[in-house]
Amino acid sequence: MLQAIERQRYFIDYSLSSLARRRGKNLGLLTVYSLIVFLLASVMLFTQSLRQEAAAILKEAPEILVQRIAAGRQDLIPAAYLERMGSLRGVSEKRGRLWGYHFDPAIKANYTLMTADQHQLPPDGILIGAGIARARGLGAGDFLSLRGNDGKPAAFRVEGILPAETELISSDLILMAEPSLRAFFGIPDGLYTDLILKVSNPREVRKVAEKLTLLLPDTRPILREEILRTYDAIFNWREGVVFVLLMGALLAFVIFAWDKASGLSAEERQEIGILKAIGWETGDVIRMKFWEGGLISLSAFLLGYLLAYLHVFFADGFLFEPVLKGWATLYPAFRPRPVVDGLQLATLFFFSVFPYTLATLVPVWRAAITDPDSVMR
Amino acid sequence: MIRLEQISKVFNQGRPNEFRAIHGLSLGIAADRVTLFTGPSGSGKTTLLSLVGCLARPTSGRIYLKGRMISALPERFLTDIRRSTFGFVFQRFNLIKGLSLIENVMLPAYPLGLPFPELRERAAGLLHGLGLGSKLENRVEWLSGGEAQRAAICRALINDPAILIADEPTANLDSALTREFLAIVEGLRGQGKGVIITSHDPLIAESAVMEAVIRMRDGRRVERMAMED
Amino acid sequence: MAILNPAILALTLAALAVSLALLPAAVFSLRVLRQWDMDSGSERQLGLERSTYLISTLVAFAFAVELIALLLFIYNAEALSTQFVGAMCATGVLNVNGYGWPTLLLKVLIFFAAALWLQLNRLDNRGEDYPLTRRKYGLLLAIAPLVWAEAAVQTLFFLNMNPEVITSCCGSLFSAEGSGVAAEIAGLAPREAALLFFGGGLTVLGLGAWRLWRGRGGIPFALGGIGAFVTALMGIVSFVALYVYEHPHHHCPFCILKAGHGFIGYGLYIPLFAATALALGAGSAALHRHVPSLRAAAALEGLRSIRLAMIGFVWFYALGLWLVARSNLTLTEVWW
Repeated sequence: MLQAIERQRYFIDYSLSSLARRRGKNLGLLTVYSLIVFLLASVMLFTQSLRQEAAAILKEAPEILVQRIAAGRQDLIPAAYLERMGSLRGVSEKRGRLWGYHFDPAIKANYTLMTADQHQLPPDGILIGAGIARARGLGAGDFLSLRGNDGKPAAFRVEGILPAETELISSDLILMAEPSLRAFFGIPDGLYTDLILKVSNPREVRKVAEKLTLLLPDTRPILREEILRTYDAIFNWREGVVFVLLMGALLAFVIFAWDKASGLSAEERQEIGILKAIGWETGDVIRMKFWEGGLISLSAFLLGYLLAYLHVFFADGFLFEPVLKGWATLYPAFRPRPVVDGLQLATLFFFSVFPYTLATLVPVWRAAITDPDSVMR
Repeated sequence: MIRLEQISKVFNQGRPNEFRAIHGLSLGIAADRVTLFTGPSGSGKTTLLSLVGCLARPTSGRIYLKGRMISALPERFLTDIRRSTFGFVFQRFNLIKGLSLIENVMLPAYPLGLPFPELRERAAGLLHGLGLGSKLENRVEWLSGGEAQRAAICRALINDPAILIADEPTANLDSALTREFLAIVEGLRGQGKGVIITSHDPLIAESAVMEAVIRMRDGRRVERMAMED
Repeated sequence: MAILNPAILALTLAALAVSLALLPAAVFSLRVLRQWDMDSGSERQLGLERSTYLISTLVAFAFAVELIALLLFIYNAEALSTQFVGAMCATGVLNVNGYGWPTLLLKVLIFFAAALWLQLNRLDNRGEDYPLTRRKYGLLLAIAPLVWAEAAVQTLFFLNMNPEVITSCCGSLFSAEGSGVAAEIAGLAPREAALLFFGGGLTVLGLGAWRLWRGRGGIPFALGGIGAFVTALMGIVSFVALYVYEHPHHHCPFCILKAGHGFIGYGLYIPLFAATALALGAGSAALHRHVPSLRAAAALEGLRSIRLAMIGFVWFYALGLWLVARSNLTLTEVWW
């Protein structure tokens, strides 16, 4: 047992010195290899943190959202519907919500206006998302003027900026007091944009939704889990598309690796011949060569992953942001939270170490079966 | 004792460029003597050496080493036997460039997985014995021809083989170094080791150290004469 | 719409690559079965012998890949559970269509087949005349179709993932009221399951101890290992899991792999799979102990495999026992 370990140590020792002796060639390989890992890992880490962000935000969202549908179009929903649904088992809270989009021609972007439920705001006070604050150059105490439903501009005083942690969805948000919002949009009392229901037991959500469609046939319940599913599917799909696009790069890398592994220099060929002649066995040479490949893979994997980690979590993934986030003018500047998981690592393995090893398998074997007596010819 | 029975070796079998290097050769070699294979180039002496030294398997025929048939052994086992029985010195010495002298000497023992300090000590001992004790950490490309050969002999001896095999060992050496080589061979003989040499160098062939000569031509043995008996 | 994500892409590519790699291996196996002649020193035979190095490297690589793919497959199923109505963990996703469970089963089967092959190869390489070569390549010919089938079934599994389908998760699949094999296993009363679980354990440990003591009985040990593997899986679903989750009706073989349960599942599955694979190796060593050139090697290899397998089994059952003992759950019908 100990002897076996000692043996592998000799092989590692030899492969390290063999790598060092062909520094130029191996550094080139390491660079390309790390680059591939970096690209793939960046995409994965980035979407993964987006997905987590979305999930974290939706965690606070209500389990069920009820919209009124009039002739297939979403319409305001009367407050009376809250009474009409009566008391449903499992629903711990239900209330109406008031919100709407507002297009600001000044920066050609849509704001989301909502009632501030957790904050006490004066009639002309608003809280704004960080994206708006950046785009319009606003700080607390500044005034923001928006054209209301009566066509006249209304001025609001910025009371504060929403916290940065929620920026992925609060970037374009404006919160104001309920009466101000009703006045701004011209929504009469007794009507809401939609209704929300909180259900504590996830197993009861579907049952509640089914009952709602019977009780209120002109409404559509939207489940939080469905939104989450859609988000997940979209993120997965985008990530998948990027991976497919990166396939070309991957293929190029495989060919490159194959070429490097099979294009042994005369010197290398002679070295293997010498090893075979002085008492190394085919299996020993294969083992040594795989340590070589393994060491390169490990270095490239660590290096590429580390760079991707820095890129995504400390440089905000500036290379991919536009592709993967796909937001409009009000770009959320978000700081992804670092995450590492087994799914990612295993997937990454299949996109880097696996093709590399497969590409070098045959060349390594071909080198290893060099005849021991070749050095005598 | 190494015994060969009806050995043939064919290269490129079944192809138009088929080449028969050895024709039905039978002979015996004493394991504790100094034996010389000689003959013109292309006579098959190097092929014969590689068969005797377990570097290659014969196409047909049998080879016995101390009574054990080894000609049908696959490479995996042949390598084991080769490592423990034979040490090789090649014509161009074939040291691995970029490695230090002592690393080169230790190389054949790597697959055995011996404890590192023990192996290193053994390698250093061998190098000291052949006057290379001051150059352990030197890179091999800085060695002179004679030093490189002595290094190659140390490497051949690292696994303490019973027989040293040398292929044209003096082709790149001048007369003084050739005599030095013969002195080393004599010393090994004194330690009870056998030596098999291929050469067409008259200095070697005429040396009193040679105890048996096998003359080859066109893949066949021409005659045998014992020089000392 | 079929679901496209990197993990699915990776699994599909890996299955495709391994399948393709096994194609020449299968052709080579056929050649070995027809042309192998250890006594010959012909170039054809030397060529065949050289190729065996490539094939065994290939199988070792495929084995490593299959192992990581098995993990990735489960992770991915776990991660996809948000996309299917009714799926709360990997079980639900595997249930999305009829190909999920067969894929998993094939992956496990290939894992053991490849492990057996590698151990057989290791043993064969100790015999100077490579006495098991034909048998080895016969086995490889049997493994190759498994790999191809797995690639096909897995592709069907991914292509037929319909997010509209409401799937059933561990709650309903592994419930006593359900139907099908999974429900049968879960429907097994915890008491019987516990008896089977520890019965299988005692049997395999007993057979192993006997083998170590008397130096015979490698084949019964291997059979005991297979039995222990099956009863252990049944035991995890219908008995150990309940204690881990501390919930009398939560039967799920995958949720124990999650962080929420301290990844304890790895502590159970890794030694169980490794020990079972080694038990198979011990069985094959025992089966070939009379081959003249392998007599010494088979005894040595068998002993080594059994020792390691025993460590794995002892670990597995000790951990299982500890999980039950430290749990706050009391299943009255089990203990009295």
